[in-house]
Order: sequence, then C-alpha cells, then structure tokens
Amino acid sequence: MIETRSQSSAEVELLSFRLAEQEYSVDIMSVREIRGWTRATPLPHSPPFMRGVINLRGTVLPVIDLASRLGMPPVEGDARNVIIVVHAGGQSVGLLVDAVSDILALPRTELQPPPELAADLAHSFVQALTIVDGRMIRVLDLSAVLPTYQTEAA
Amino acid sequence: MTHDPMAEIRASFFVECEELLESLQDALSVMADHLEGDGAQDTETINVVFRAVHSIKGGAGAFGLTALVSFAHRFETVMDELRCGRLVVDHDAMKLFFQAADMLADHVRLARDDASGSPPGSETLLIAVEGLMGERAPEAEEEEVEFAPMGLSFDLALPDLGGDPDGTAPAPAEPDMGGHSWTVRLRPFDTLYASGNEPFHLLRALSELGSASITCDMSMLPEFDALMPETSHLIWTVQLTGDIEESDIRAVFDFVEDVAEITIIEGSDSAASVHAPADAAAPDAPVAAAPAPLAPALPVPEALPVIDQAADQPADTGPVRPSPPAAQAAIPAPQAAAPSEAVAATVRVDLDRIDRLVNLVGELVINQAMLAQSVTEAGLPANSAVMNGLEAFMMLTRDIQDSVMMIRAQPVKPLFQRMARIVREASAAVGKEVRLRSEGEGTEVDKTVIERLADPLTHMIRNAVDHGLETPDRRREAGKPDEGVVTLSAQHRSGRVVIEVADDGAGIDRPRVRDIAIRKGLVAPEAVLSDAEIDNLLFLPGFSTASQISSLSGRGVGMDVVKQAISALGGRIAITSERGRGTRFSISLPLTLAVLDGMVVRVAGETLVIPLSSIVETATLAAEDIRSLGPETNVIHIRGGFVPLFDLGTELGYRGPKASYEGGIVLLTAQEDGSRAALVVDEILEQRQVVIKGLQHSYGNIPGVAAATILGDGQIALILDPGDLVENATGRTRSADTLLALAG
Repeated sequence: MIETRSQSSAEVELLSFRLAEQEYSVDIMSVREIRGWTRATPLPHSPPFMRGVINLRGTVLPVIDLASRLGMPPVEGDARNVIIVVHAGGQSVGLLVDAVSDILALPRTELQPPPELAADLAHSFVQALTIVDGRMIRVLDLSAVLPTYQTEAA
Repeated sequence: MTHDPMAEIRASFFVECEELLESLQDALSVMADHLEGDGAQDTETINVVFRAVHSIKGGAGAFGLTALVSFAHRFETVMDELRCGRLVVDHDAMKLFFQAADMLADHVRLARDDASGSPPGSETLLIAVEGLMGERAPEAEEEEVEFAPMGLSFDLALPDLGGDPDGTAPAPAEPDMGGHSWTVRLRPFDTLYASGNEPFHLLRALSELGSASITCDMSMLPEFDALMPETSHLIWTVQLTGDIEESDIRAVFDFVEDVAEITIIEGSDSAASVHAPADAAAPDAPVAAAPAPLAPALPVPEALPVIDQAADQPADTGPVRPSPPAAQAAIPAPQAAAPSEAVAATVRVDLDRIDRLVNLVGELVINQAMLAQSVTEAGLPANSAVMNGLEAFMMLTRDIQDSVMMIRAQPVKPLFQRMARIVREASAAVGKEVRLRSEGEGTEVDKTVIERLADPLTHMIRNAVDHGLETPDRRREAGKPDEGVVTLSAQHRSGRVVIEVADDGAGIDRPRVRDIAIRKGLVAPEAVLSDAEIDNLLFLPGFSTASQISSLSGRGVGMDVVKQAISALGGRIAITSERGRGTRFSISLPLTLAVLDGMVVRVAGETLVIPLSSIVETATLAAEDIRSLGPETNVIHIRGGFVPLFDLGTELGYRGPKASYEGGIVLLTAQEDGSRAALVVDEILEQRQVVIKGLQHSYGNIPGVAAATILGDGQIALILDPGDLVENATGRTRSADTLLALAG
C-alpha cells in the first residue's frame, strides 16, 4: 500500500542522514520513528554489521550498523548517534547512523539511477542519486540493506 | 484477505461441535456413573445426550455434511429410544454409546477437514448400536434428512389469527387427560430475519403440533413512514393444546433460539398476551427483564439462564457471541426438580487478541520494573507519596498480570476427555478392562500448555494401559479386581500445575528394567543403582520394557520423547512405583509459557538469563576440580563424575578463553538425555521471573539462544538454551563429550 502510494505520486519525501561524511536517505514512508542511541545487546554468532537488539517499547528490535553494512568503518555508537527505525519487507529494523539531517521533498523525476560502477559495495545498496543544494544524496534500497535472516540462521 | 462469511459460520459451527461433544461426553460419564450406582438414569442427562447429538445433526445438515448427518441421525434414533424409556442402559450399551460418541467426534473432525466419507468402522459400530434397539430397529430405513428444502406452499391455511375452531376453547383444566396446554411467546430479533428465518414457518410448525391459537401483538409496529423493513416489531403468542411435550416445542425453535426471545409456559396463561404490550412500551428494556413478570409462580425455563447469562443473550448484538450449548444445557426441563447449576457465562475471543493483551501486560510489568528501579535510584524516602503510589502501582500490575494470564488459562477437562477416549481405545486394543478416573478436571492451565500436553499424555496413558496394568487373570491372581484403574489428576501446587498419571498395575519390574538397560549397553553391568535411578532408566532414549510388540507399543516413541516434550514446556517429570501396587508419573509444569523462572547472570559485561529448570546446582571452581582434556578442552570433576566445561563468554563470542578458571563460578546444567555441562559465568546476579520475548520473529534462530527478555533497566537480556548451546558448541567440546561417554 505505502509503496504504491509513494510511487504513484509525483513527489517523493526522503529522510536524509549523515553517515561518515556522506549523505544518504530513505523513503520517509518506510520510517517508523527516530530514536536516540541506546546500547544494543549483542547477538552471538551474528555478522559484524549486526549491532544487536534493543528494546523498542517491549519489542525486540534488531539494529544494523549501517556504515559497517555499507562497507565503511563502524559507527562509534555514542549519545550523538541515532537509530532510524524502518519497516520494510514485513520486518522492522533499526539503522544506526551518525545523525539525521533533513526531510526533503522533491519530484520523482529528480531521482537518477546510479551509474554502473560495480565493485564498490555501497553501490549495490543505492537505489538512486539526487542533488540537493549542490550536495549529492544517495537513496538507499532498504530491501538490499536488510539482511535475510533465514539464510543467516541456517 | 478474502472474507468469507460462510467460512466463518462454518468455523463457529465446529467450535460449537467441540462444546457439544464435550457435553455429550460429560453426560455419558454421568450415565456411566449412574449405572455403577443404583442403575437408575435421570431423564435430564439422557436429554442432554440426545440434544447434543441432535444439535450436531442440525448444524451439519445446514452445511450439507451428509456423512455426519446420517451418522448423527442414526445415533440420535437410538438415543430417542433411550429417552422414551424403551431402551434400558446396561454396561455393554454404555460402552457402545461411548464408542459412538468417539465416532461422532471423528465424523466431526473429518467434516471439518473437508474430507468426505466416514471414518473406518463407522457402519459396523452403528449397526451394533442400532442392535440395542432389538426388533424395534427400523428396517435400516434411511429417513430423509430433514433439511431438504421445504416446499413453500401457501395453500396451507395460515393458522387463524383469531383462533382455530379446536383452539378457541383451550382446555387449561385438562392436563390430566394427556393433553397439555402451552403458551408460547415468540419475539424475533432482527437477526432472525437477517439469518433467513421466517416466523411463519415456525408458527406453522407449532400449529402442526396440536391445536393452536395464535395472536399477534402489533403494538410495537411503528408508523408506516418510520417502518424499517429489516427490524422486528411483531410478537406472537401461541396457545397450544394437545399431547405436546415441551421438548417438541423446543425442537421447533432449534435453530432460532439464539435469534429470538422464546418463552414457553405450561398452561394457557393469558397473562402473556396481557403483558406483551407492556414490554412493547419499552422496546429498549433489557430482555432479561421481560419474561420475569409473565408468570413468576410458573417455572419459566429461560428466566434463570437469561439472568445469569446476560453476556450470552444475543439481544445485544455486540461482539459477544452466544454459546448455544451452554444455553441449552442451562435450560432445564420444567419437571426436573433441581435446575442444573447456573453455567458460567463465557466469551469466545480470538487468541491473537489475548496474545496481544499478554504482550502489553508484559510491557507493563517491564515498565513498572524500570520505574521502580529509577525511583529507588532517586533515593526518595520510603513513605513519600511517590513510593506509596509506586507500591500501589506494583500491586495493580501484579493483579493485572495474574488476571490476564488467567484469561489464557483453560480447564484441563477437554484434554482429560480426550484421554478417556485413549483409555477406551487402548484397553480395547489390548483386551484389558480399564476404567479412567479423572480428578481435578477444573484445574486451569495455560492454553498452549494444554495443547502441547496432549501428545505426551496420550503416550503415558497408552503406556499405563499397555505396560502398567496386568492382564485380567494376572490381576485375579494378585487378588485385585479384573478392572484396572488409571487415574489422571490435575492440581495446582505452589505456583505450578501437577498432572499425574497413575495406574494400579504391577509396578515397575526393577530387576528386569536393569537387565534390559545392561543388555542395551545403557548402564555398566557392575553399576550399583538405587530404585529411583532404575526407574529413571525408563526415560533413556531407546529403552523399552515391552517384551512383545503390541499394537500400541512399537511406535518408535519412548518415554524419552515424553520427557523431552515436558522439558520443552519447562516442566519436570518424576516416577514413583511400588511393586504390585502400581506406578505413578508426576508432571510438574509452569502455569504459563509467557513467564519463565530464570537465573540472571553476568558474562563479559553482558547480562544473560538461564532457565532455572535446567540448572542443577551452582559451584565455585577450585584448581583441583579442573582437568584439561586437550589443548582447549577442560572438564571438571564434580560429585565423582566428569563434566565438560563451557565458558559462556567464549561460546557466545564475547571474549577469548580465559587462562584459568580457578575460582570461577559454574552452573551445572542437566539435559533431558542425562548429559551434563558446566557453564562458566562471571557473576550470578539474581533469580527472578522474566517475561519471554521471542527472537525468531525479529532475528531468526541463534544457536544457544532461546529467546530474549527485557530487564528492569530496559536492556534486553538473552535467554539461553543450555542444551542447544552445548550441542552447537565447537567440535573440540563434542569430542570431549565422546571421551566422557567412553569413560562413563
């Protein structure tokens, strides 16, 4: 429902955030809430980008270190960092990022597909690119970012 | 996403079937008890049996479940003979009735699973049951199922609203002549029309019973402009005379009793029609009050249930579903001296909603713990307003938690009834006379616990009948009655529920058990075992005492599986046995699966919870206890045995192995298969109850981790599964296990 609505409208709203001096964004329709940093309980035998689980008002929420997931040095994890709770593909996940910067509304036509560069890990997670006030903003493909637990559990 | 109202109605029919089958079983048990006693059967119980079968048939007819209808119909025919007193119950008949009830349950199950046809043996059993009727047996004539569409012919004179020639002078003073007179008042609810029923048919059916005089109270009819065609405004009063039983009248209303207010009063009480307009003046008045003023002195069959079961009355078209069998059970025949005790009102709720409530309360409990912790940290004086408020809040939370857990709780009775059937089948299979005695059927346990108990209990009951009890001649030799008794009991004991399966058989043949265990290589020949240790050998995988494979044993399932299932529920199982007197298995279970008793420990800065049920003891390590079995494998020597040592910090990847574990704290855990492990932790914090939060949903399966919980500080702590942890430990420890097995 949500995805079809945002895709059918000509405008797209993005929540942009900073990650290691780079600007990323996700479709605001998939964002549930933004939380301050809390220490996550580490999960044994999990991939390095899994920060662990946190208590989201009584539910157990896995938190992904987005920088580490994109192949950058892991986020420090201190009081200045935030966790963006997103819901995509039927699951809720927290994304640990440096800081949230802006909410952008722009015409869908301004989103450009990323150039075929390959090699760079981060690119496979980037759905589109756009330029706002001279800054390049990467739009994340959440379905690529979220791990598929079934295969990992095996 | 497709919403099929028919499927919903069908589903609720099957839920009702379960309830009807339950009341059928109950009534049959009562009959069996009467048989044991003075042999006299009371009519009301037989009526309950009849009605249960009849109602199932009725519903099944509406859904076109022909196999079920035809079985129920023939069963019902026999029950009708019984009801009319033309059939006398004896021990054999009782047995057949029980079997027929079981078969009826099978039919219902088949129909529910959309399978066609009849369960095996259905026809044979029917013929046996019908054989009870002797020469009165109908010539196997398949009576036309009464749900064939009724031809609508309006040539039948609508029962004169003014009064039938015969009915004009209803003879209220002639009840002795075999004719009864009845006043039947029918006030349809809107739902009667909505469900496709039609008062005309009902009135016609009533007038076919005898001579009828029908009056229609139209005083509630609004002005034509304000008339809503879908709503119900008319009230009919029928004066019936003739050789009519109340049950005949009830039968007419069988399928509308929850969509109309039906009052049946013996005698031609004209007060009914006099009072009707008074009701009409207050259409919104609670229905419960309506029948009461009619004839307080007369036995008003519905007055009792109506008042006691306000929630069940469909008059309020709220989400509360009526529970028809309960309502039926509560309608005593007027001649029954003591009305059966009021049936508790019930509400049928989707389990998902309850689960959500349980989760919310779990959150509340966690929140309260967090609040309490921060209030304590704030260092307020003990008698301050905040502290007092917090105390009251904590008590409230505890009350709410208990109440919510209680919603999920269900009596074990349906489970026990299923076991009664297992006993009947098992005893028939091995040719033993067995009676099941059940105690504490009303004991309530969490629904999930009950569901998961069915398999282990079935197995234990079969065992008790097959292995526990002796054959009748053996019993006679031992001076016991031929009939063996298996006792199934449930009771609450200090926050847990204890379920026991006991038989009065020969008890465990310990020398033989020991021999078998030695032969199978489960114990060393020279081992000295206590009686309890020998008894516990029964729980070892691969153990079987059955000297020959009967139709019951040899299914490849042993008591080890039972024990596993019980421990999966956080329970424990124990055996006591006395030679010649019998064997008793006791299962002790937590009341709920939402909360767990855990030991909170700290490992490498992380807080973990280990289920208390898997911990045998805790100990501090001394240097001489630790033996090295390899470069990275340690075992500890404790109580004369060697136990592999697992450093939780290393196993969970929190830190590397320690150079020395001397002075470390270990938790000794025991698994169902008897294997033990020692888990090294840094610190034991406390023992407490924790609310279980599933992890699978948010993060798949993690080896060694069962679930998570939220602690008082809001942090998540993982709940470990020691068995899984040890199994998934690295290869080096597994080889240690093998070494130990060879040594031990």
